[in-house]
Amino acid sequence: MNELLLIVSIANERVALPAAAVESVVELESLIPVPRAGPHVAGLSALRSRVLTVIDCMRSLELGTTDCSDGIREAAVVELDGHHYALIVDLVEDVVEALSDPTPVRAAMGPGWERVSQGMVETEQGPHLLVDVAALIAGSETKAAA
Amino acid sequence: MDDLIADFVAECREMLEALGGEIVAWEAQPDDRARLDSIFRFVHTVKGNCGFFEFPRLEALSHAAEDALADCRAGRRVPDGALVSAVLAVIDRIGEMVAAIEAGENMPTGDDNYLIDALAPGAEGAATPVVTTAADAATKASAAPRTIRLSVELLDRVMSTVSDMVLARNELARRLRESENDVHVDGAFERLSSIIAEMRDAITRTRMQRIENLFVGLPRMVRDLSAELGKQVLVDIEGGDVELDREMIEMIRDPLTHIIRNAVDHGIEKPAERLRGGKREIGVLSVSARQSGNQILIDIHDDGRGIDGKKLVDKAISSGVISKEDAAQLSPREQLALIFEAGLSTATEVTAISGRGVGMDVVRSNIERIGGIVEVDSRLGEGTHMTLRVPLTLTIIPALTVSIAGQHFAIPRSAIEEIVRANGESVTLEHLGGAGVATIRGRRVPEVSLASILGLESNVAERDRTLIVLRPAGGDVYALSVDRIHDHEELVVKPAAPAVMATGLYAGTTLADDGSPILLFDAAGIAQVGGVRLEMQERTARIAEGPTQAASKSTPVLLFRGLDGGRRALRLAVVDRIEEVPASNIKEAAGQVRVQVGDAILPLAGATKAEIGEGKVRLFRLNDGAHEIGYAFAEVVDFATIESDVIHSERPGEISGVSLINNEPAELVDAHWLFANHVGAAARKIEQLVCLVPVWDPWMQNMLRPLVEAAGYRVIDDPQDEAADVVIACQGEDVPDDTSGKTIWLRSEPEAAGKKDQSIYRYDRAGLLMALKTAGAGRNK
Repeated sequence: MNELLLIVSIANERVALPAAAVESVVELESLIPVPRAGPHVAGLSALRSRVLTVIDCMRSLELGTTDCSDGIREAAVVELDGHHYALIVDLVEDVVEALSDPTPVRAAMGPGWERVSQGMVETEQGPHLLVDVAALIAGSETKAAA
Repeated sequence: MDDLIADFVAECREMLEALGGEIVAWEAQPDDRARLDSIFRFVHTVKGNCGFFEFPRLEALSHAAEDALADCRAGRRVPDGALVSAVLAVIDRIGEMVAAIEAGENMPTGDDNYLIDALAPGAEGAATPVVTTAADAATKASAAPRTIRLSVELLDRVMSTVSDMVLARNELARRLRESENDVHVDGAFERLSSIIAEMRDAITRTRMQRIENLFVGLPRMVRDLSAELGKQVLVDIEGGDVELDREMIEMIRDPLTHIIRNAVDHGIEKPAERLRGGKREIGVLSVSARQSGNQILIDIHDDGRGIDGKKLVDKAISSGVISKEDAAQLSPREQLALIFEAGLSTATEVTAISGRGVGMDVVRSNIERIGGIVEVDSRLGEGTHMTLRVPLTLTIIPALTVSIAGQHFAIPRSAIEEIVRANGESVTLEHLGGAGVATIRGRRVPEVSLASILGLESNVAERDRTLIVLRPAGGDVYALSVDRIHDHEELVVKPAAPAVMATGLYAGTTLADDGSPILLFDAAGIAQVGGVRLEMQERTARIAEGPTQAASKSTPVLLFRGLDGGRRALRLAVVDRIEEVPASNIKEAAGQVRVQVGDAILPLAGATKAEIGEGKVRLFRLNDGAHEIGYAFAEVVDFATIESDVIHSERPGEISGVSLINNEPAELVDAHWLFANHVGAAARKIEQLVCLVPVWDPWMQNMLRPLVEAAGYRVIDDPQDEAADVVIACQGEDVPDDTSGKTIWLRSEPEAAGKKDQSIYRYDRAGLLMALKTAGAGRNK
């Protein structure tokens, strides 16, 4: 019930990530591209001597491309299966407490959102979409292949 | 020196400890082979080290014991109670001496000769006191080295933390460089840095294990196996002190076991058979390890019956692994390499030990998975020799950093065969149907551009790039062109995220000294993505090589200057000899320029009457077997070969095309046209048949084309040019249907798809020529 959520905005939409999954919030400086990797893999970055695989959430959701050219981007660092990922988001806003269990969203969402959705959670700031981190990292391609 | 002595002492102690139990057991059972072997190993090691350190007494003792034991091992002597006692006494004395060396004391005084004498056959004495001291020594020794047991996970965790620490240090170093510093901070950092380096060394060593751990079980295994099979096998193990990453040892355990099982089961014959073959009835299986650069080589050698390459080939054919045609072209080495194909075994019957058809292919894939190589060599009747080459460690990879379009990447050094500059002297780069081919000192290797594989724009011109010749594990070589080469680095490689690995290009990620992430390439992956075919392995690569060489064999030509000053070339084979005639011998007669050479009058080409002038004229006598022509020229420049592409001329004429010869363009004189036009009406009538060969297919252009040309066809690339008499096309390809001629279909598989399949296998030379001939005959009617 009182799970903590990290509220971030992706593509001008405020969504919730399970705070427990997020190790830290960082500002990415350099980005080393990974040629031929899936489009949602924005590249690699180093954080405290660890290699982060940087995921462009907007691309993963098929909502366009985050502009990384201006250098510093905010990102949430998560760990999945022993690998560290940085999820590029527009803005990290707040940490709030979940007031309800996730409930299915019955209205039709965009296909990208549909894929990563874990349902809707109530918070003090109103309902938010709870995003599945693993699905974000997997991106659209693997889904299509499966 | 002190370090080495300390090592020696520690090693002796360790072995003495291990021997503690063995000595007692050997005493109870003097004919126990395995015990004898391990004791022999001990004295052998001691002897070897003593010679190095100048401990003459130790050396004399161990030497004597070794001799006696060697006799037992060779079967010249039966170990009895007296010998056992004497050997034990010697070992005991060695133990005392080693202890003295360790403590830095003088050697215990005393005469060793009685101990040595006791080793001689038939000697007596020294037996009684020994038994008790042996037991003492065992208990004493076991208490000596201070060791603790650690769980492997803990060790791995420490290792990975240290790796992280090194990377953190690198980052700190970078930040320190960027900011202005206090000298004290720098000093402190230097100190920290060196401590970390030391720690990393130490920790790396904890991961290293003596390969002994892997070898120690072998004598026993072989003994059991040979007993079960009724064979006699002597195992000779060497190089147990070579150190290898612990993980690596685990990875090669199964393959090694398998190879040894095979050697005992299939390699070494039964005693009776060996005697019949003129060998000693005891087979020898030697296993040795040594370090060579950053690789460990493990040799497994048996003196058994060897592998029958022909039998392997037959088996491979019958099980459909290779076709008969391919099989006929295999070199002996490649025949042997068939043993690594899945589902092949030469064993006529399946035994409990091996020969179930799962085997060497698994061995190979296991070894290759860790970046190693298996090689096999065998002589029928004399034995088999297998070599495993494995890298020293898995996690720290020596790599070469390269850059392309400003981005850095790393390539594992183990895969790199050589590095050449694209504009180097012995290197030429060509493009065939869009595919790159690099010729490096006469060897053709497929060339792929890293920039195009990665889809990056490179601003370095092709000529200025560097070619890295790569040989991925188990694959064939190819050249990778990169913008620039930077540095050799030892990189701590971590697996990359699945999304990155999915590209198939990368083996992992790592951090460079400047803290930025670097991707490590997988040499086999690049080849795959780049479209270089590697999966066929050496065998097929070589088969394809044969025709390539035939086709690419450079044509020797005679380079000369014509009377008009043009730089021309004639194929050397058509030039009979060079003559010099007075200009007055050249006349225009019967509508043609003719020259009188000796008694013969030949048609003269290469010049008009007006160009001849006065004085002497030099000419080539060209011969087509039936007719002769003279060809006037000014001077011979050189003998040369056509190596570059020939640009064919638009329409048939005296000049068939232009090519670069010795880096300057030269016109190629079409001897065929010369004869056709100068030898008279009979020759003029025969029109060359025209064959359309697809220009986009490099195989067609390089391999097929010479064959078609040799069959008397003129080859054209473009159906727009003129109507072709024959069209050659690959199966499944679209052919322009407005061609009036006949189409010959080629297929890449030797077997036809069905009865209706009229296509011809593309290496079926006879079939091809026949089809060309038939097509030509149809046209002439």
